[in-house]
Amino acid sequence: MLCDDIEVESEKNIVNKVYTACRVGVAHMKEGRDSAVFRVDNKPVDEATAISEAAAILKNAKNPLIFGLGTSTNETQKLAIELAKKTNATLDDTSSFCLGRVVEALLQNRFKTCTLDDVRNKADVTIFWGADPSDSHPRHLSKHSYFPRGTEKQRGWEEERTAIAIDVRKSHTAKICGNYFFQIPPGGDAEFIDALIAALSGKLPKTSYNFPPKRILELANILKGAKFGVVFVGLGLIYSLENLEPLLRLMDTLNEKANFHLIPMVGHYNMRGFNENLFEETGYVNSVKFEDGSVKHGPEYSIVESLKAKTVDAALIIGSDPLSSLPRSVAKNLLEIPVISLDPCETLTSRNAKVYINTAISGVESGGSATRMDGIKVDFKPVVETNRLSDEAVLKKIMEAL
Amino acid sequence: MTNAMELYQMLPKTNCKKCGKASCMAFAVALMARELTPEDCPPLKEEPKYKENYEKISGIFKPSEGATETGLIVHEDLCFGCGNCVVACPPNVANDPYGVGSGNAPRNAHKLVLIVEDGVVKAQNLGECRRFGKNKILCNGCIVTCPVEAIEFV
Repeated sequence: MLCDDIEVESEKNIVNKVYTACRVGVAHMKEGRDSAVFRVDNKPVDEATAISEAAAILKNAKNPLIFGLGTSTNETQKLAIELAKKTNATLDDTSSFCLGRVVEALLQNRFKTCTLDDVRNKADVTIFWGADPSDSHPRHLSKHSYFPRGTEKQRGWEEERTAIAIDVRKSHTAKICGNYFFQIPPGGDAEFIDALIAALSGKLPKTSYNFPPKRILELANILKGAKFGVVFVGLGLIYSLENLEPLLRLMDTLNEKANFHLIPMVGHYNMRGFNENLFEETGYVNSVKFEDGSVKHGPEYSIVESLKAKTVDAALIIGSDPLSSLPRSVAKNLLEIPVISLDPCETLTSRNAKVYINTAISGVESGGSATRMDGIKVDFKPVVETNRLSDEAVLKKIMEAL
Repeated sequence: MTNAMELYQMLPKTNCKKCGKASCMAFAVALMARELTPEDCPPLKEEPKYKENYEKISGIFKPSEGATETGLIVHEDLCFGCGNCVVACPPNVANDPYGVGSGNAPRNAHKLVLIVEDGVVKAQNLGECRRFGKNKILCNGCIVTCPVEAIEFV
């Protein structure tokens, strides 16, 4: 979540103690290693061989796929866009099957949004819809959205804040929300939105799964009284909606009655950065294909569709593990094409890659800047030294070799 | 958790005064307040007919052995370091309003009751905890904010 207040104690280039970070953060900070690994066909090679092999794969490919970049810095992402232009590549990231739609709508100003610091200082009603930050972003509630005191919220969470969870199961976040947890059946989000809009307009809310209308009216009353409300949209909500239209309608209705903002619960620390950088360059947030100076966009250029249709003939995967995260029927097509994997960790993808380059961990071994889920840029510096190259440096070298 | 009456039922009920208390009921109350331990009752400890009850009572007080003076136990295997308790703890907020009170890293770590170290919450400075001392109150700020029930008072 790009926490900018973590303190570490290190000795001889090894991080010993980490303060303030959650377990995820501690694992990240302590993962640094000294030695670099370069492999071609699973055999260790030197740096130059790996880079030239990677460049050769991209050169020989007619339509390479560049994918990942959710855990890369803004600088790396811009380089990757350049590389995609140069190699006429298909460029995509995890947002095409994640929160890309919401970020796109945000960048087109279709939603009112605010920063997480505004949330801390002003928010009195927060809704976690289809999201469980207690597990996905452990410090979300304690650093920004519920527990801290802010300039206009001095008296703390018991008196001045209301957290609401809407989810299909009683998640850890829902447990903290207590009585303000609304459990709906899977796929019932669109209907719940309609019922909530009806309740906000003073009508009787109805759902096919007979959610108690009294509770929806109670929720609508809380929302109407909000001075600064925030909706945190998670994957649970987005996956159950066919398009964003119900969500747009809900936000419009909420803003007629009260003051509401929307922030997507972005998973990878710099997924929003990728979306913004690509949007700046091309006007699209993901799933693009560069062709001799022109840009094409559409679902057929997303990683899932392009692998399904086998339109790509090589892949450069940066900081991602599609072989593990995508369905097998789609991911198995990756095994038929040469894959270059840049990753700080050994993954299933890196083990099956033609070229594997073990990169430095951003924020620990290499610096840069990244964009948080609310659009704020965060700069970070390396805390330990390493021989491993950052993915930015690797991409630069591949560009030179091309 | 048990109460003094339940403990009393398991004691010898002879009012022998060997523990230094006036009656077995008084001993049960002292046990509850953690002034005495089950070992302080010689008949309970030594006589075979009370063996079963002795083991039961010792079992009840066993988990509190690892507890701090205020009875606070952190289950490190459950905690994942979200820091909700650190930010919600009233003495923490009072002692460091712009650090942990505002959701940031501590600015004055040695005055805080709870801090997150290596991804797990750590209790320290229990003199500051509202459950400590003469004017203690049954504050539960750190328990109700924990999503995984990693903090417990015994």
